[in-house]
Amino acid sequence: MTLIYKHRLFWPLVALAALLLACTIKRPDILGITVLDGHLFGAPIDILRNSAPLLLVSLGMTLVIATRGIDLSVGATVAIAGAVALTFIASSDHPASVGTALGAIIVALGLCFILGCFNGMLVANFGIQPIIATLILMTAGRGVAMLITNGQITTVASAPFSTLASGFLLGLPVAAIIAYGVYLVVALLVRRTALGMLLEAVGINPEASRLAGVKSKTLVFTVYALCALLSGLAGLIFAANTMAADANNAGLFIELDAILAVVIGGTSLAGGKFNLSGTLVGVLIITTLSLTVTVLGISPLVTSLFKAIVVIAVTLMMSTRLRTMLAGLRERRRFQEASA
Amino acid sequence: MKRKTFLRAGIATLSVAAMAAMSACSGSSSSESADDGSGSDTIAIGFSQVGAESGWRAANTKDIQDTLTEENGFKLSFSDAQQKQENQIQALRSYIAQGVDVLAFSPVVETGWDAVLQEAKNANIPVILTDRAVDTTDDSLYESFIGSDFVEEGQRAGQWVADNFKDEELKVVELQGTTGSAPAIDRKEGFEKAIAGTDIKVVDSQTGDFTRAGGKQVMEGFLNSHDDIDLVFAHNDDMGLGAIEAIEAAGKKPGEDIKIVTIDAVKDGMQALADGKINYIVECNPLLGEDLAEVAKKVVAGESVEKRIVVEDAAFTQEEAEKALPDRKY
Repeated sequence: MTLIYKHRLFWPLVALAALLLACTIKRPDILGITVLDGHLFGAPIDILRNSAPLLLVSLGMTLVIATRGIDLSVGATVAIAGAVALTFIASSDHPASVGTALGAIIVALGLCFILGCFNGMLVANFGIQPIIATLILMTAGRGVAMLITNGQITTVASAPFSTLASGFLLGLPVAAIIAYGVYLVVALLVRRTALGMLLEAVGINPEASRLAGVKSKTLVFTVYALCALLSGLAGLIFAANTMAADANNAGLFIELDAILAVVIGGTSLAGGKFNLSGTLVGVLIITTLSLTVTVLGISPLVTSLFKAIVVIAVTLMMSTRLRTMLAGLRERRRFQEASA
Repeated sequence: MKRKTFLRAGIATLSVAAMAAMSACSGSSSSESADDGSGSDTIAIGFSQVGAESGWRAANTKDIQDTLTEENGFKLSFSDAQQKQENQIQALRSYIAQGVDVLAFSPVVETGWDAVLQEAKNANIPVILTDRAVDTTDDSLYESFIGSDFVEEGQRAGQWVADNFKDEELKVVELQGTTGSAPAIDRKEGFEKAIAGTDIKVVDSQTGDFTRAGGKQVMEGFLNSHDDIDLVFAHNDDMGLGAIEAIEAAGKKPGEDIKIVTIDAVKDGMQALADGKINYIVECNPLLGEDLAEVAKKVVAGESVEKRIVVEDAAFTQEEAEKALPDRKY
């Protein structure tokens, strides 16, 4: 019992269950899944699909944070990916063809990869502090996206491209299959090979790991490039969701949500040990939170407050120091009762 | 001790430099404005736009730039505040320093303008507000406010719903604009006013932040938490378009199973209206350029202008949208 209780994901999972429970009390059948037009439909499916972009971004963020870094530019990368892809489709002669959609995806992801390499170069090769290095792209990136879309919200109609977000494969949303598929691949890659351990070594002590023969520069460079690539993929799903590239609002503040998901998942911002399953739980909590707000009918005026309270509660419950303090209080009371 | 003198010397140097810079600025700009004044009777106008956040705003910007041209007797300085008040205040100050004849802007937020407006007044530069109002105790700080009546827009949307479904019990969900923004507050108020006393009920209301993604996500939640939604009232077209996607994903027909009423009438919205996916759109006219030009000319000529100029908004049903669509400018 104490093993379960002390598991680092215990409290985040409790929070997730509580949010779902709150929805169920308000709407008993909310977690039901039905089959509609040959695919699954229901709130859990919506959560899976809506969590896709954040999961991709948080996945990259977890790896970056593991190396003692941080990537603030993910939101801007999301906006750029959407802007590039939709502008590419809008300017092509056959916007509705599969080839155009694939071309758009390749061009957008390619550009995001280059942006990630730029971040990686600044951090790994020039030794600029990650928060500053990525701040450059965070501020400039939206400007780039605005330039690409000409300050307009670019909208296109392309059935193959919109499949990315709205389509279904084997009854499941394509967006969720992509995101969770990528998650599994990355998780296996870092946990079934030595890669994860090497990342942690770089995060715990870059100098020592370098002396021990770990190619820390290459590793750091790679995680930034990968993080941007994943953010680009998230941006494509985001843009395909509404088939509109909104340079101002696409992925706005997603960097903060991603950092939050990573922290809720139990990965320390100080780098080192990271926890991918924790990040997944964090992402699900944040996505479910949005649904809870709507289902409970919480007034928009207090929505941010409600979200903040949930987040504070989760992080407080996860704090070992607070739990020790509470345990100490209980202990003292028991002692006083015994002596009295 | 030594440190203090250093500091003092530093401050002194800085302030001298600043003063030199300032006098250089004002010197050059005053000569510039003198040229403008004596050379011809073109009106130098400084315009600070909110940003480029929506299709509506882009149409608004284009109209102002196309109307206030040199052929029409204007010399327009245009700046984009990227939705930040401090950028806008900075732009206004620089226009005041340049000595423009008229200042015009769409305030990002309602409050916090008194100081900069007072500076404009002290410099004898008249101010015209477009699209959005400011909240100030001193009305004399600006000459005129040109823009749509947001309450009226909400009311017209509500009135259409009330007229068409007055005898039915209607379950309505509302997609609000950005929390606390004037259009969101006023459109909500107007809509509620219009449906008061009928069997039409707003069963849920959430913010979709005026964006498509927001509209879609909130609508998904609504569809999960209410069984039989009859109608969606969205505070702008973009959120309505997002709602259409959510409704289609839930296997229902937007425009038939669930009716949709929105405000704005941008191109994509009008297209959806003509396609039968939206049922009614109240226009929010972004073409403010002509009114602005007229008021600016009057103000400079010393004529009195009306404090509040309400822009004429149209409204469209599905049939009207089909007819109007080919000639729409935005």
